[in-house]
Amino acid sequence: MPRSRKSARRQRMEAAINYPIEWLEERSGLIGGVRYFLFRKVPSDTNWMQTLGSATLTAFIVQAVTGAILAMYYKPDPNSAYQSIQHITNDVWLGWLVRGMHRWGASVFIILMFFHMARVFLFGAYKYPRELNWIVGVLLLALGMLEGFTGYLLPWDQTAYWATVVGININGTAPFLGPFLAQFLRGGAEIGPDTLARFYSIHMLLIPGALIGLIGLHLYLVVRLGVTSPPWSKEAAGAERVEKPKRGRRGLLMPGARGGIPR
Amino acid sequence: MEPLNGDDRPHLPPPSLWPVGFAVGVACVLVGLIVDPLVVVPIGVAILLVFGFLWARDATKGYRAPVPDLEPETRRPGREAPPIPAHVGEAAMPEPEPGEIERFPRSKFLEFSTLGLGGVIGGIVTIPILGPMVANPFRHEKHGKLDLGPLSDFPSGQWMIATFMTDPAEGEVTRRTAYIRNNGESNGEPSFTIISNRCAHLGCPVQPNGPVFDNKKKVERTKGAGDVTLIPMLPAGGFGCPCHGGQYNPEGNRTAGPPVRALDRYDYSIVGGHLVLGKTYSVSKVDGTGAQAKIHRYGLANPGNHVDGPEAWLYPLQPPH
Ligand code: HEM
Ligand code: FES
Repeated sequence: MPRSRKSARRQRMEAAINYPIEWLEERSGLIGGVRYFLFRKVPSDTNWMQTLGSATLTAFIVQAVTGAILAMYYKPDPNSAYQSIQHITNDVWLGWLVRGMHRWGASVFIILMFFHMARVFLFGAYKYPRELNWIVGVLLLALGMLEGFTGYLLPWDQTAYWATVVGININGTAPFLGPFLAQFLRGGAEIGPDTLARFYSIHMLLIPGALIGLIGLHLYLVVRLGVTSPPWSKEAAGAERVEKPKRGRRGLLMPGARGGIPR
Repeated sequence: MEPLNGDDRPHLPPPSLWPVGFAVGVACVLVGLIVDPLVVVPIGVAILLVFGFLWARDATKGYRAPVPDLEPETRRPGREAPPIPAHVGEAAMPEPEPGEIERFPRSKFLEFSTLGLGGVIGGIVTIPILGPMVANPFRHEKHGKLDLGPLSDFPSGQWMIATFMTDPAEGEVTRRTAYIRNNGESNGEPSFTIISNRCAHLGCPVQPNGPVFDNKKKVERTKGAGDVTLIPMLPAGGFGCPCHGGQYNPEGNRTAGPPVRALDRYDYSIVGGHLVLGKTYSVSKVDGTGAQAKIHRYGLANPGNHVDGPEAWLYPLQPPH
Protein backbone atom coordinates (compact mmCIF):
# COMPACT_ATOMS: atom_id res chain seq x y z
CA MET A 1 0.00 0.00 0.00
CA PRO A 2 1.54 3.31 -1.04
CA ARG A 3 2.67 5.19 1.99
CA SER A 4 1.87 8.64 0.68
CA ARG A 5 -1.81 7.88 0.24
CA LYS A 6 -2.18 6.74 3.80
CA SER A 7 -0.44 9.78 5.13
CA ALA A 8 -2.52 12.02 2.89
CA ARG A 9 -5.67 10.56 4.34
CA ARG A 10 -4.16 10.85 7.74
CA GLN A 11 -3.38 14.46 7.09
CA ARG A 12 -6.93 15.13 6.05
CA MET A 13 -8.19 13.41 9.18
CA GLU A 14 -5.89 15.41 11.37
CA ALA A 15 -6.97 18.60 9.67
CA ALA A 16 -10.61 17.66 10.23
CA ILE A 17 -9.95 17.03 13.90
CA ASN A 18 -7.86 20.11 14.33
CA TYR A 19 -10.22 22.43 12.54
CA PRO A 20 -12.80 22.82 15.34
CA ILE A 21 -10.03 23.01 17.94
CA GLU A 22 -8.28 25.75 16.03
CA TRP A 23 -11.60 27.47 15.38
CA LEU A 24 -12.22 27.60 19.12
CA GLU A 25 -8.68 28.61 19.97
CA GLU A 26 -8.65 31.47 17.47
CA ARG A 27 -11.86 32.90 18.88
CA SER A 28 -11.37 32.27 22.60
CA GLY A 29 -7.84 31.26 23.47
CA LEU A 30 -9.48 28.57 25.58
CA ILE A 31 -7.35 25.70 24.28
CA GLY A 32 -4.18 27.46 25.24
CA GLY A 33 -5.74 28.35 28.58
CA VAL A 34 -6.66 24.75 29.32
CA ARG A 35 -3.22 23.63 28.23
CA TYR A 36 -1.62 26.23 30.50
CA PHE A 37 -3.83 25.05 33.35
CA LEU A 38 -3.40 21.29 32.93
CA PHE A 39 0.03 20.74 31.37
CA ARG A 40 2.03 22.59 33.95
CA LYS A 41 5.53 21.70 34.95
CA VAL A 42 5.66 20.22 38.41
CA PRO A 43 8.62 19.08 40.49
CA SER A 44 9.78 15.66 39.28
CA ASP A 45 9.33 14.11 42.71
CA THR A 46 5.74 15.08 43.42
CA ASN A 47 3.96 12.58 45.59
CA TRP A 48 0.68 10.70 45.46
CA MET A 49 -0.42 12.70 48.50
CA GLN A 50 -0.51 15.72 46.24
CA THR A 51 -3.49 14.29 44.40
CA LEU A 52 -5.68 14.72 47.47
CA GLY A 53 -6.71 18.22 46.40
CA SER A 54 -7.96 16.91 43.06
CA ALA A 55 -9.72 14.10 44.92
CA THR A 56 -11.49 16.72 47.03
CA LEU A 57 -12.44 18.60 43.90
CA THR A 58 -13.87 15.41 42.42
CA ALA A 59 -15.91 14.82 45.56
CA PHE A 60 -17.23 18.38 45.34
CA ILE A 61 -18.26 17.92 41.71
CA VAL A 62 -20.07 14.68 42.61
CA GLN A 63 -21.91 16.56 45.35
CA ALA A 64 -22.89 19.34 42.96
CA VAL A 65 -24.20 16.97 40.31
CA THR A 66 -26.07 14.59 42.63
CA GLY A 67 -27.42 17.58 44.53
CA ALA A 68 -28.82 19.10 41.34
CA ILE A 69 -30.59 15.81 40.62
CA LEU A 70 -32.00 15.54 44.15
CA ALA A 71 -33.29 19.10 43.79
CA MET A 72 -35.47 17.94 40.90
CA TYR A 73 -37.54 15.86 43.32
CA TYR A 74 -37.03 17.47 46.71
CA LYS A 75 -39.74 19.79 48.11
CA PRO A 76 -38.47 22.24 50.74
CA ASP A 77 -41.82 22.56 52.44
CA PRO A 78 -42.35 21.38 56.03
CA ASN A 79 -45.50 19.51 55.08
CA SER A 80 -43.99 17.58 52.15
CA ALA A 81 -40.18 17.49 52.57
CA TYR A 82 -40.14 14.14 54.38
CA GLN A 83 -42.47 12.52 51.84
CA SER A 84 -40.43 13.86 48.94
CA ILE A 85 -37.30 12.24 50.39
CA GLN A 86 -39.19 8.96 50.78
CA HIS A 87 -40.31 9.33 47.18
CA ILE A 88 -36.72 9.80 46.01
CA THR A 89 -35.56 6.77 48.00
CA ASN A 90 -38.37 4.38 47.12
CA ASP A 91 -39.97 5.44 43.84
CA VAL A 92 -37.59 7.42 41.67
CA TRP A 93 -35.56 5.08 39.49
CA LEU A 94 -32.05 4.86 41.03
CA GLY A 95 -33.09 7.67 43.34
CA TRP A 96 -31.78 5.68 46.30
CA LEU A 97 -28.39 5.61 44.62
CA VAL A 98 -28.25 9.34 43.95
CA ARG A 99 -29.42 10.09 47.46
CA GLY A 100 -26.87 7.67 48.89
CA MET A 101 -24.09 9.19 46.81
CA HIS A 102 -25.00 12.65 48.04
CA ARG A 103 -25.29 11.58 51.66
CA TRP A 104 -22.12 9.49 51.86
CA GLY A 105 -20.32 11.78 49.45
CA ALA A 106 -20.85 14.63 51.87
CA SER A 107 -18.74 12.82 54.44
CA VAL A 108 -16.21 11.80 51.81
CA PHE A 109 -15.86 15.44 50.76
CA ILE A 110 -15.21 16.63 54.32
CA ILE A 111 -12.82 13.76 55.09
CA LEU A 112 -10.86 14.36 51.88
CA MET A 113 -10.67 18.04 52.71
CA PHE A 114 -9.08 17.15 56.04
CA PHE A 115 -6.65 14.68 54.42
CA HIS A 116 -5.70 17.32 51.85
CA MET A 117 -5.22 19.87 54.61
CA ALA A 118 -3.07 17.40 56.54
CA ARG A 119 -0.89 16.81 53.47
CA VAL A 120 -0.47 20.57 52.98
CA PHE A 121 0.42 20.92 56.65
CA LEU A 122 2.85 18.00 56.79
CA PHE A 123 4.58 19.07 53.56
CA GLY A 124 4.90 22.59 54.90
CA ALA A 125 3.14 23.69 51.72
CA TYR A 126 1.37 26.50 53.54
CA LYS A 127 4.60 28.51 53.81
CA TYR A 128 5.63 31.50 51.73
CA PRO A 129 4.36 32.25 49.13
CA ARG A 130 1.29 30.02 49.67
CA GLU A 131 -0.10 31.47 52.90
CA LEU A 132 -3.00 33.05 51.06
CA ASN A 133 -3.96 29.69 49.59
CA TRP A 134 -4.04 28.22 53.09
CA ILE A 135 -6.42 31.02 54.11
CA VAL A 136 -8.61 30.35 51.09
CA GLY A 137 -8.51 26.69 52.12
CA VAL A 138 -9.70 27.54 55.62
CA LEU A 139 -12.66 29.39 54.13
CA LEU A 140 -13.39 26.37 51.93
CA LEU A 141 -13.29 24.12 54.99
CA ALA A 142 -15.67 26.37 56.94
CA LEU A 143 -18.07 26.64 54.02
CA GLY A 144 -17.87 22.90 53.43
CA MET A 145 -18.87 22.20 57.01
CA LEU A 146 -21.70 24.75 56.75
CA GLU A 147 -22.89 22.75 53.76
CA GLY A 148 -23.00 19.71 56.00
CA PHE A 149 -24.91 21.58 58.69
CA THR A 150 -27.53 23.06 56.37
CA GLY A 151 -27.92 19.86 54.37
CA TYR A 152 -28.53 17.75 57.47
CA LEU A 153 -31.89 19.41 58.13
CA LEU A 154 -33.31 18.71 54.69
CA PRO A 155 -34.54 15.08 55.19
CA TRP A 156 -36.84 16.64 57.81
CA ASP A 157 -37.01 13.56 60.01
CA GLN A 158 -36.62 13.49 63.80
CA THR A 159 -32.83 13.23 63.68
CA ALA A 160 -32.57 16.06 61.20
CA TYR A 161 -34.93 18.31 63.11
CA TRP A 162 -33.52 17.89 66.60
CA ALA A 163 -29.90 17.84 65.48
CA THR A 164 -30.55 21.17 63.82
CA VAL A 165 -32.32 22.54 66.90
CA VAL A 166 -29.27 21.62 68.96
CA GLY A 167 -26.85 22.91 66.31
CA ILE A 168 -28.58 26.27 66.03
CA ASN A 169 -28.71 26.61 69.80
CA ILE A 170 -25.01 25.81 70.09
CA ASN A 171 -24.49 28.83 67.84
CA GLY A 172 -26.86 30.66 70.16
CA THR A 173 -24.51 30.18 73.10
CA ALA A 174 -21.74 32.27 71.53
CA PRO A 175 -21.26 35.35 73.71
CA PHE A 176 -23.04 38.60 72.85
CA LEU A 177 -24.09 37.94 69.27
CA GLY A 178 -24.91 34.25 69.69
CA PRO A 179 -28.66 34.66 70.24
CA PHE A 180 -28.84 36.88 67.17
CA LEU A 181 -26.90 34.39 65.08
CA ALA A 182 -29.30 31.65 66.16
CA GLN A 183 -32.31 33.75 65.26
CA PHE A 184 -30.77 34.61 61.89
CA LEU A 185 -30.25 30.91 61.14
CA ARG A 186 -33.75 29.96 62.24
CA GLY A 187 -35.30 32.80 60.27
CA GLY A 188 -37.29 33.70 63.39
CA ALA A 189 -37.61 33.13 67.09
CA GLU A 190 -38.51 29.47 66.61
CA ILE A 191 -37.89 26.85 63.98
CA GLY A 192 -40.90 27.44 61.80
CA PRO A 193 -42.28 27.24 58.30
CA ASP A 194 -39.49 29.41 56.86
CA THR A 195 -36.54 27.62 58.39
CA LEU A 196 -36.48 24.65 56.03
CA ALA A 197 -36.60 26.69 52.82
CA ARG A 198 -34.03 29.04 54.28
CA PHE A 199 -31.62 26.18 54.94
CA TYR A 200 -32.36 24.75 51.51
CA SER A 201 -31.51 28.01 49.78
CA ILE A 202 -28.31 28.42 51.78
CA HIS A 203 -27.41 24.78 51.14
CA MET A 204 -28.01 24.65 47.40
CA LEU A 205 -27.44 28.22 46.21
CA LEU A 206 -25.51 30.53 48.50
CA ILE A 207 -22.75 28.28 49.80
CA PRO A 208 -22.15 26.29 46.59
CA GLY A 209 -21.81 29.59 44.73
CA ALA A 210 -19.26 30.81 47.22
CA LEU A 211 -17.48 27.44 47.15
CA ILE A 212 -17.19 27.47 43.38
CA GLY A 213 -15.77 30.98 43.42
CA LEU A 214 -13.27 30.15 46.14
CA ILE A 215 -12.23 26.87 44.49
CA GLY A 216 -11.52 28.91 41.35
CA LEU A 217 -9.34 31.27 43.38
CA HIS A 218 -7.67 28.31 45.12
CA LEU A 219 -6.77 26.64 41.83
CA TYR A 220 -5.66 29.93 40.30
CA LEU A 221 -3.19 30.29 43.16
CA VAL A 222 -2.03 26.68 42.76
CA VAL A 223 -1.31 27.29 39.08
CA ARG A 224 0.29 30.65 39.66
CA LEU A 225 2.55 29.53 42.48
CA GLY A 226 3.20 25.95 41.40
CA VAL A 227 3.05 22.99 43.75
CA THR A 228 5.68 22.41 46.39
CA SER A 229 8.08 19.53 46.25
CA PRO A 230 7.85 17.09 49.12
CA PRO A 231 9.93 18.06 52.14
CA TRP A 232 12.44 15.27 51.49
CA SER A 233 13.04 16.54 47.98
CA LYS A 234 16.60 17.29 46.86
CA GLU A 235 15.22 19.61 44.21
CA ALA A 236 14.71 23.24 44.98
CA ALA A 237 11.06 24.06 45.17
CA GLY A 238 9.88 25.87 42.11
CA ALA A 239 13.13 25.15 40.26
CA GLU A 240 11.14 24.26 37.19
CA ARG A 241 9.87 27.81 37.08
CA VAL A 242 13.23 29.52 37.30
CA GLU A 243 14.93 30.04 33.97
CA LYS A 244 18.50 29.33 35.00
CA PRO A 245 18.73 27.61 38.37
CA LYS A 246 21.69 29.04 40.23
CA ARG A 247 24.38 26.64 41.33
CA GLY A 248 25.53 26.18 44.86
CA ARG A 249 23.77 26.31 48.15
CA ARG A 250 20.20 27.56 47.93
CA GLY A 251 19.91 30.15 50.63
CA LEU A 252 16.65 31.56 51.82
CA LEU A 253 17.26 34.79 50.01
CA MET A 254 17.82 33.24 46.64
CA PRO A 255 14.87 33.53 44.32
CA GLY A 256 13.30 30.24 43.49
CA ALA A 257 14.64 28.52 46.56
CA ARG A 258 11.40 28.57 48.47
CA GLY A 259 8.82 28.74 45.79
CA GLY A 260 8.49 29.55 42.18
CA ILE A 261 7.24 33.04 41.68
CA PRO A 262 6.67 33.33 37.97
CA ARG A 263 8.11 36.43 36.47
CA MET B 1 -13.94 32.04 6.05
CA GLU B 2 -12.31 32.40 2.66
CA PRO B 3 -10.23 35.52 2.22
CA LEU B 4 -12.23 37.81 0.00
CA ASN B 5 -11.28 40.67 -2.23
CA GLY B 6 -7.62 40.12 -1.78
CA ASP B 7 -7.17 40.83 1.92
CA ASP B 8 -7.02 38.25 4.65
CA ARG B 9 -9.29 39.77 7.24
CA PRO B 10 -12.41 37.79 7.95
CA HIS B 11 -15.43 39.32 6.27
CA LEU B 12 -18.68 39.38 8.12
CA PRO B 13 -22.02 40.04 6.49
CA PRO B 14 -22.69 43.78 6.46
CA PRO B 15 -25.10 45.04 9.11
CA SER B 16 -28.66 44.83 7.92
CA LEU B 17 -32.13 45.52 9.23
CA TRP B 18 -33.88 42.76 7.26
CA PRO B 19 -33.52 40.17 10.09
CA VAL B 20 -35.87 42.34 12.14
CA GLY B 21 -38.61 41.90 9.56
CA PHE B 22 -37.74 38.20 9.34
CA ALA B 23 -38.20 37.89 13.10
CA VAL B 24 -41.57 39.63 12.84
CA GLY B 25 -42.52 37.02 10.26
CA VAL B 26 -41.53 34.18 12.62
CA ALA B 27 -43.56 35.73 15.42
CA CYS B 28 -46.49 36.17 13.04
CA VAL B 29 -46.40 32.48 12.07
CA LEU B 30 -46.24 31.34 15.69
CA VAL B 31 -49.07 33.62 16.77
CA GLY B 32 -51.04 32.61 13.70
CA LEU B 33 -50.75 28.92 14.60
CA ILE B 34 -52.69 29.71 17.75
CA VAL B 35 -54.98 32.49 16.57
CA ASP B 36 -55.92 31.79 12.97
CA PRO B 37 -53.84 29.31 10.96
CA LEU B 38 -55.66 30.01 7.70
CA VAL B 39 -55.21 33.77 7.54
CA VAL B 40 -52.41 34.85 9.83
CA VAL B 41 -49.98 32.04 9.05
CA PRO B 42 -49.88 32.75 5.32
CA ILE B 43 -49.30 36.44 6.07
CA GLY B 44 -46.43 35.45 8.31
CA VAL B 45 -45.01 33.11 5.69
CA ALA B 46 -45.21 35.91 3.14
CA ILE B 47 -43.34 38.25 5.44
CA LEU B 48 -40.77 35.51 6.06
CA LEU B 49 -40.22 34.93 2.36
CA VAL B 50 -39.91 38.62 1.45
CA PHE B 51 -37.59 39.54 4.28
CA GLY B 52 -35.69 36.27 4.05
CA PHE B 53 -34.97 36.96 0.41
CA LEU B 54 -33.89 40.54 1.11
CA TRP B 55 -31.74 39.42 4.01
CA ALA B 56 -30.08 36.67 2.01
CA ARG B 57 -29.43 39.11 -0.85
CA ASP B 58 -27.85 41.56 1.55
CA ALA B 59 -25.75 38.95 3.29
CA THR B 60 -24.30 37.50 0.11
CA LYS B 61 -23.49 40.84 -1.47
CA GLY B 62 -19.80 40.48 -0.65
CA TYR B 63 -19.61 37.16 -2.48
CA ARG B 64 -21.38 38.36 -5.60
CA ALA B 65 -19.54 41.63 -6.05
CA PRO B 66 -16.70 41.57 -8.59
CA VAL B 67 -13.27 41.24 -7.05
CA PRO B 68 -11.61 44.67 -7.36
CA ASP B 69 -8.24 44.91 -9.04
CA LEU B 70 -5.42 45.15 -6.58
CA GLU B 71 -3.11 48.10 -6.79
CA PRO B 72 0.22 46.69 -7.89
CA GLU B 73 3.06 46.79 -5.38
CA THR B 74 5.45 49.56 -6.43
CA ARG B 75 8.07 49.58 -3.68
CA ARG B 76 11.00 47.34 -4.11
CA PRO B 77 11.29 44.94 -1.22
CA GLY B 78 13.78 45.74 1.54
CA ARG B 79 14.41 49.35 0.58
CA GLU B 80 12.04 51.25 2.85
CA ALA B 81 13.18 54.49 4.40
CA PRO B 82 14.83 53.86 7.76
CA PRO B 83 12.63 54.70 10.74
CA ILE B 84 13.20 58.12 12.26
CA PRO B 85 14.56 57.79 15.80
CA ALA B 86 12.12 59.14 18.38
CA HIS B 87 14.40 61.88 19.68
CA VAL B 88 15.03 63.26 16.21
CA GLY B 89 11.61 63.37 14.67
CA GLU B 90 8.75 65.62 15.52
CA ALA B 91 6.69 64.85 18.58
CA ALA B 92 3.63 62.81 17.64
CA MET B 93 1.56 64.64 20.24
CA PRO B 94 1.99 68.31 21.16
CA GLU B 95 3.76 68.95 24.47
CA PRO B 96 1.16 69.54 27.16
CA GLU B 97 1.03 73.14 28.36
CA PRO B 98 2.31 73.49 31.92
CA GLY B 99 -0.66 73.15 34.23
CA GLU B 100 -2.66 71.12 31.77
CA ILE B 101 -1.57 67.93 33.43
CA GLU B 102 -2.96 69.12 36.75
CA ARG B 103 -6.44 69.30 35.31
CA PHE B 104 -8.88 66.59 36.30
CA PRO B 105 -8.60 64.29 33.31
CA ARG B 106 -11.57 62.80 31.56
CA SER B 107 -10.46 59.25 32.19
CA LYS B 108 -10.31 59.90 35.94
CA PHE B 109 -13.78 61.42 35.80
CA LEU B 110 -15.13 58.37 33.99
CA GLU B 111 -13.35 56.06 36.40
CA PHE B 112 -14.79 57.78 39.45
CA SER B 113 -18.27 58.09 38.03
CA THR B 114 -18.31 54.41 37.05
CA LEU B 115 -17.17 53.39 40.51
CA GLY B 116 -19.54 55.83 42.19
CA LEU B 117 -22.52 54.79 40.11
CA GLY B 118 -21.66 51.14 40.66
CA GLY B 119 -21.48 51.78 44.39
CA VAL B 120 -24.86 53.50 44.43
CA ILE B 121 -26.50 50.73 42.42
CA GLY B 122 -24.86 48.11 44.62
CA GLY B 123 -26.10 49.91 47.72
CA ILE B 124 -29.63 50.18 46.45
CA VAL B 125 -29.67 46.49 45.54
CA THR B 126 -28.23 45.49 48.91
CA ILE B 127 -31.18 46.82 50.90
CA PRO B 128 -33.77 44.45 49.43
CA ILE B 129 -31.22 41.63 49.78
CA LEU B 130 -30.50 42.26 53.44
CA GLY B 131 -34.13 42.94 54.32
CA PRO B 132 -35.65 39.49 53.85
CA MET B 133 -32.45 37.62 54.64
CA VAL B 134 -31.19 39.41 57.74
CA ALA B 135 -33.82 41.80 59.07
CA ASN B 136 -36.98 39.75 58.68
CA PRO B 137 -36.11 37.12 61.30
CA PHE B 138 -35.90 39.89 63.91
CA ARG B 139 -39.37 41.29 63.50
CA HIS B 140 -41.88 40.78 66.28
CA GLU B 141 -44.04 37.78 65.58
CA LYS B 142 -47.75 38.09 66.00
CA HIS B 143 -49.52 35.13 67.46
CA GLY B 144 -53.22 34.47 67.63
CA LYS B 145 -54.79 33.64 70.97
CA LEU B 146 -53.69 30.17 72.01
CA ASP B 147 -56.95 28.98 73.54
CA LEU B 148 -56.40 25.55 75.10
CA GLY B 149 -60.05 24.92 76.01
CA PRO B 150 -62.34 25.19 79.04
CA LEU B 151 -60.93 25.05 82.57
CA SER B 152 -62.95 21.89 83.16
CA ASP B 153 -60.44 20.05 80.93
CA PHE B 154 -57.77 20.72 83.59
CA PRO B 155 -58.76 18.99 86.83
CA SER B 156 -57.19 20.47 89.94
CA GLY B 157 -53.81 18.95 90.82
CA GLN B 158 -53.60 17.01 87.55
CA TRP B 159 -50.60 17.38 85.19
CA MET B 160 -51.43 17.53 81.49
CA ILE B 161 -49.30 17.32 78.35
CA ALA B 162 -50.80 19.93 76.06
CA THR B 163 -49.77 20.22 72.42
CA PHE B 164 -51.04 23.00 70.20
CA MET B 165 -50.09 24.96 67.10
CA THR B 166 -48.89 28.53 67.37
CA ASP B 167 -49.91 29.11 63.75
CA PRO B 168 -52.44 26.50 62.54
CA ALA B 169 -52.32 27.85 58.98
CA GLU B 170 -48.66 26.78 58.72
CA GLY B 171 -49.33 23.29 60.00
CA GLU B 172 -47.53 20.80 62.20
CA VAL B 173 -44.21 22.63 62.08
CA THR B 174 -45.62 25.16 64.54
CA ARG B 175 -46.77 22.52 67.06
CA ARG B 176 -45.43 23.14 70.55
CA THR B 177 -45.74 21.27 73.81
CA ALA B 178 -46.40 22.58 77.32
CA TYR B 179 -46.72 20.75 80.63
CA ILE B 180 -49.66 22.17 82.54
CA ARG B 181 -50.84 21.68 86.10
CA ASN B 182 -53.94 23.27 87.61
CA ASN B 183 -52.79 24.37 91.07
CA GLY B 184 -56.32 25.06 92.26
CA GLU B 185 -57.54 28.42 93.49
CA SER B 186 -55.17 30.90 95.06
CA ASN B 187 -56.69 34.12 96.52
CA GLY B 188 -59.86 33.32 94.61
CA GLU B 189 -58.04 33.14 91.27
CA PRO B 190 -57.30 29.93 89.35
CA SER B 191 -53.57 29.20 89.37
CA PHE B 192 -51.62 27.24 86.72
CA THR B 193 -48.07 26.03 86.35
CA ILE B 194 -47.30 26.00 82.61
CA ILE B 195 -43.84 24.78 81.68
CA SER B 196 -42.33 24.81 78.20
CA ASN B 197 -40.84 21.51 77.06
CA ARG B 198 -37.87 23.28 75.44
CA CYS B 199 -34.75 22.14 77.27
CA ALA B 200 -32.73 25.00 78.73
CA HIS B 201 -29.55 23.31 77.56
CA LEU B 202 -29.86 23.26 73.77
CA GLY B 203 -33.56 23.05 73.10
CA CYS B 204 -34.47 19.36 72.87
CA PRO B 205 -37.96 18.34 74.02
CA VAL B 206 -37.87 17.34 77.71
CA GLN B 207 -40.07 14.37 78.66
CA PRO B 208 -42.00 13.66 81.86
CA ASN B 209 -40.29 11.20 84.18
CA GLY B 210 -43.39 9.20 85.06
CA PRO B 211 -46.41 7.54 83.54
CA VAL B 212 -48.25 9.13 80.61
CA PHE B 213 -51.91 8.12 80.27
CA ASP B 214 -52.19 7.99 76.49
CA ASN B 215 -55.50 6.15 76.66
CA LYS B 216 -57.06 9.26 78.23
CA LYS B 217 -55.91 11.47 75.37
CA LYS B 218 -58.34 14.20 74.40
CA VAL B 219 -58.24 16.13 71.11
CA GLU B 220 -60.06 19.39 70.76
CA ARG B 221 -60.33 21.34 67.56
CA THR B 222 -59.76 25.06 68.19
CA LYS B 223 -59.55 28.05 65.92
CA GLY B 224 -56.49 29.79 67.33
CA ALA B 225 -54.34 26.78 68.23
CA GLY B 226 -55.28 24.07 65.75
CA ASP B 227 -55.89 20.59 67.15
CA VAL B 228 -55.14 20.81 70.86
CA THR B 229 -54.28 17.47 72.45
CA LEU B 230 -54.43 16.96 76.21
CA ILE B 231 -52.88 13.86 77.79
CA PRO B 232 -52.85 13.33 81.58
CA MET B 233 -49.51 12.38 83.10
CA LEU B 234 -47.71 12.04 86.42
CA PRO B 235 -44.18 13.49 86.26
CA ALA B 236 -43.28 12.21 89.70
CA GLY B 237 -39.58 12.36 88.83
CA GLY B 238 -39.87 15.74 87.14
CA PHE B 239 -38.66 16.05 83.56
CA GLY B 240 -35.71 14.62 81.70
CA CYS B 241 -34.09 15.49 78.42
CA PRO B 242 -33.33 12.73 75.86
CA CYS B 243 -30.44 14.60 74.24
CA HIS B 244 -27.79 15.06 76.91
CA GLY B 245 -29.51 13.88 80.05
CA GLY B 246 -30.53 17.20 81.61
CA GLN B 247 -32.87 16.65 84.58
CA TYR B 248 -35.47 18.98 86.09
CA ASN B 249 -37.83 18.72 89.06
CA PRO B 250 -41.60 19.14 88.55
CA GLU B 251 -41.29 22.92 89.02
CA GLY B 252 -38.76 23.00 86.17
CA ASN B 253 -35.69 23.62 88.34
CA ARG B 254 -32.55 22.04 86.99
CA THR B 255 -31.43 19.14 89.17
CA ALA B 256 -28.70 17.55 87.04
CA GLY B 257 -26.96 17.68 83.72
CA PRO B 258 -25.89 20.46 81.40
CA PRO B 259 -28.87 22.89 81.41
CA VAL B 260 -27.93 26.38 82.58
CA ARG B 261 -31.24 27.46 84.10
CA ALA B 262 -34.78 26.24 84.87
CA LEU B 263 -37.32 25.42 82.17
CA ASP B 264 -39.08 28.33 80.46
CA ARG B 265 -42.71 29.03 81.35
CA TYR B 266 -45.80 30.42 79.64
CA ASP B 267 -47.86 33.38 80.80
CA TYR B 268 -51.55 32.61 80.84
CA SER B 269 -54.91 34.22 81.33
CA ILE B 270 -58.45 32.98 81.87
CA VAL B 271 -60.78 34.34 79.22
CA GLY B 272 -64.44 33.37 79.35
CA GLY B 273 -63.68 30.24 81.37
CA HIS B 274 -60.97 29.13 78.93
CA LEU B 275 -57.25 28.75 79.56
CA VAL B 276 -55.38 31.05 77.15
CA LEU B 277 -51.60 30.91 76.75
CA GLY B 278 -49.57 34.11 76.62
CA LYS B 279 -45.90 34.81 76.03
CA THR B 280 -43.03 32.56 76.98
CA TYR B 281 -40.49 33.77 79.51
CA SER B 282 -37.28 32.41 80.95
CA VAL B 283 -36.72 31.42 84.55
CA SER B 284 -33.50 31.17 86.51
CA LYS B 285 -35.05 29.15 89.35
CA VAL B 286 -38.30 28.61 91.21
CA ASP B 287 -38.64 28.72 95.01
CA GLY B 288 -41.58 26.86 96.50
CA THR B 289 -44.16 24.94 94.53
CA GLY B 290 -47.53 25.27 92.84
CA ALA B 291 -49.57 28.38 93.53
CA GLN B 292 -47.10 29.50 96.20
CA ALA B 293 -44.07 29.28 93.89
CA LYS B 294 -41.81 32.31 93.65
CA ILE B 295 -40.63 32.40 90.06
CA HIS B 296 -37.39 34.26 89.25
CA ARG B 297 -38.53 35.55 85.93
CA TYR B 298 -36.53 36.98 82.99
CA GLY B 299 -37.22 37.85 79.37
CA LEU B 300 -37.15 34.88 77.01
CA ALA B 301 -33.56 33.83 76.36
CA ASN B 302 -32.06 31.39 73.90
CA PRO B 303 -31.44 27.91 75.27
CA GLY B 304 -27.97 27.64 76.72
CA ASN B 305 -27.89 31.30 77.75
CA HIS B 306 -27.59 32.11 81.44
CA VAL B 307 -30.13 34.63 82.68
CA ASP B 308 -28.55 35.33 86.08
CA GLY B 309 -25.11 35.33 87.65
CA PRO B 310 -21.92 36.58 86.06
CA GLU B 311 -22.32 34.31 83.02
CA ALA B 312 -25.41 36.32 82.08
CA TRP B 313 -23.09 39.23 81.28
CA LEU B 314 -22.14 37.31 78.14
CA TYR B 315 -25.73 37.62 76.91
CA PRO B 316 -26.73 41.23 77.57
CA LEU B 317 -29.21 41.38 74.69
CA GLN B 318 -31.74 38.97 73.31
CA PRO B 319 -33.32 39.49 69.90
CA PRO B 320 -37.01 40.45 69.82
CA HIS B 321 -39.36 37.48 69.79
C1 HEM C 1 -13.18 22.46 48.53
C2 HEM C 1 -12.09 22.03 49.09
C3 HEM C 1 -10.70 22.05 48.43
C4 HEM C 1 -10.35 21.78 47.13
C5 HEM C 1 -11.28 21.38 45.99
C6 HEM C 1 -8.92 21.93 47.04
C7 HEM C 1 -8.18 21.70 45.87
C8 HEM C 1 -6.80 21.82 45.79
C9 HEM C 1 -5.99 21.33 44.70
C10 HEM C 1 -6.51 20.61 43.44
C11 HEM C 1 -4.68 21.62 44.99
C12 HEM C 1 -3.45 21.24 44.14
C13 HEM C 1 -2.39 20.46 44.92
C14 HEM C 1 -2.91 19.23 45.62
O1 HEM C 1 -3.81 18.58 45.08
O2 HEM C 1 -2.44 18.93 46.74
C15 HEM C 1 -4.67 22.36 46.24
C16 HEM C 1 -3.53 22.87 46.86
C17 HEM C 1 -3.54 23.54 48.10
N1 HEM C 1 -4.57 23.56 49.01
FE1 HEM C 1 -6.45 22.95 48.63
N2 HEM C 1 -8.43 22.32 48.25
C18 HEM C 1 -9.47 22.39 49.14
C19 HEM C 1 -9.39 22.70 50.50
C20 HEM C 1 -8.23 23.15 51.15
C21 HEM C 1 -8.09 23.35 52.59
C22 HEM C 1 -9.19 23.06 53.62
C23 HEM C 1 -6.82 23.83 52.81
C24 HEM C 1 -6.16 24.22 54.12
C25 HEM C 1 -6.74 24.90 55.07
C26 HEM C 1 -6.16 23.94 51.52
C27 HEM C 1 -4.87 24.43 51.30
C28 HEM C 1 -4.15 24.26 50.15
C29 HEM C 1 -2.80 24.76 49.93
C30 HEM C 1 -1.96 25.63 50.89
C31 HEM C 1 -2.42 24.30 48.64
C32 HEM C 1 -1.07 24.51 47.95
C33 HEM C 1 -0.27 23.26 48.17
C34 HEM C 1 0.96 23.22 47.31
O3 HEM C 1 1.17 24.17 46.56
O4 HEM C 1 1.68 22.22 47.40
N3 HEM C 1 -7.03 23.49 50.54
N4 HEM C 1 -5.97 22.44 46.71
S1 FES D 1 -30.73 19.66 75.03
FE1 FES D 1 -31.53 18.92 76.89
S2 FES D 1 -29.77 18.22 77.89
FE2 FES D 1 -28.94 19.01 76.03
